[in-house]
Amino acid sequence: MAIEVNGKTLEVDEEGYLADLNQWEPEVATIMAKEDGSELTDAHWEVINFLREYYEEYQIAPAVRVLTKAIGKKLGKDKGNSKYLYELFPYGPAKQACKYAGLPKPTGCV
Amino acid sequence: MPMLHTVNKSPFERRTLDTALRHAVKGAAILLIEDGVYAAFDGTVVADKVRAALADHKIYVLGPDVTARGMSEHHVIDGLEVVDYGGFVDLVTEYDKVQSWL
Amino acid sequence: MAEPWEDDELEGPVRKFMYVNRRAPYGTIYALESLEVVLIAAAFEQDVTLVFMDDGVYQIKKEQNTEAIGVKNFSPTYRALEGYDVEKLYVEKESLESRGLTTDDLVVPVQVVNRDQLAELMEEQEVILSF
Repeated sequence: MAIEVNGKTLEVDEEGYLADLNQWEPEVATIMAKEDGSELTDAHWEVINFLREYYEEYQIAPAVRVLTKAIGKKLGKDKGNSKYLYELFPYGPAKQACKYAGLPKPTGCV
Repeated sequence: MPMLHTVNKSPFERRTLDTALRHAVKGAAILLIEDGVYAAFDGTVVADKVRAALADHKIYVLGPDVTARGMSEHHVIDGLEVVDYGGFVDLVTEYDKVQSWL
Repeated sequence: MAEPWEDDELEGPVRKFMYVNRRAPYGTIYALESLEVVLIAAAFEQDVTLVFMDDGVYQIKKEQNTEAIGVKNFSPTYRALEGYDVEKLYVEKESLESRGLTTDDLVVPVQVVNRDQLAELMEEQEVILSF
């Protein structure tokens, strides 16, 4: 499976996660969101960028509970809660946002 | 040229290095690779044994496996030679044969 | 029906899990497998203790750089454990010393215990998984 981004063909797995996270560019997230029928706002980008930084530092995608807590610490309590994150990413904040961010599926996320 | 013995197991977990040293004739060389590189560092309980083996053997250690494990050349016991992959290939051609202890 | 965000707290008993790490990081798959299991168990909010002993102490050695061997360096992930509320990390003193290492060489803060203390700690657990 693959997606087309800026004229390039990027390989994805059967769940739509990018095969090589080094191929990620912002356009990847935009296109994946469009396929899910949504458009990314600044609020989405805040979470996507946070995930990219988290991965850069720890080399894993965080579990949803860990993501929620870390977002709260970094961006404030009004954003560090499951309701807020699920409204942004209805398929599950860890799963969907990680996918848009080009990260692998979080460990322990079924 | 005598033989090149490669050792890829940690000296703290297996007896592979001891076995290789026991079966290496004078002049044979030892190359430490993968977890075998843990034998190459100063300050460990096996360092003296390795230092003593230098009397009869050239001992090489594979650099990429050293840096992967968070060590650097300055941790390596004096007298051991750090080689890269190219050096590994050179050793294999330089010595008559290779015994890969597993 | 509960909304997904209301399903946050997982019900069930919290048990004392100890993961005993005894292998060096890259020669075998044990270290990485253990780390993944720990992260999964932590997501289910269990009481997790990690032990690094024997060659397992090498898993958390600072300054690992695996670029040249073409394997993923997973040592930064140990620093994520705190965010998973995995904060009980123990290192066996004898293992550290026989390898010429000190706590300054490690990527995460740990508690150093000697062999006897570690044996006691193992007795206190409900489940022990050895890697």
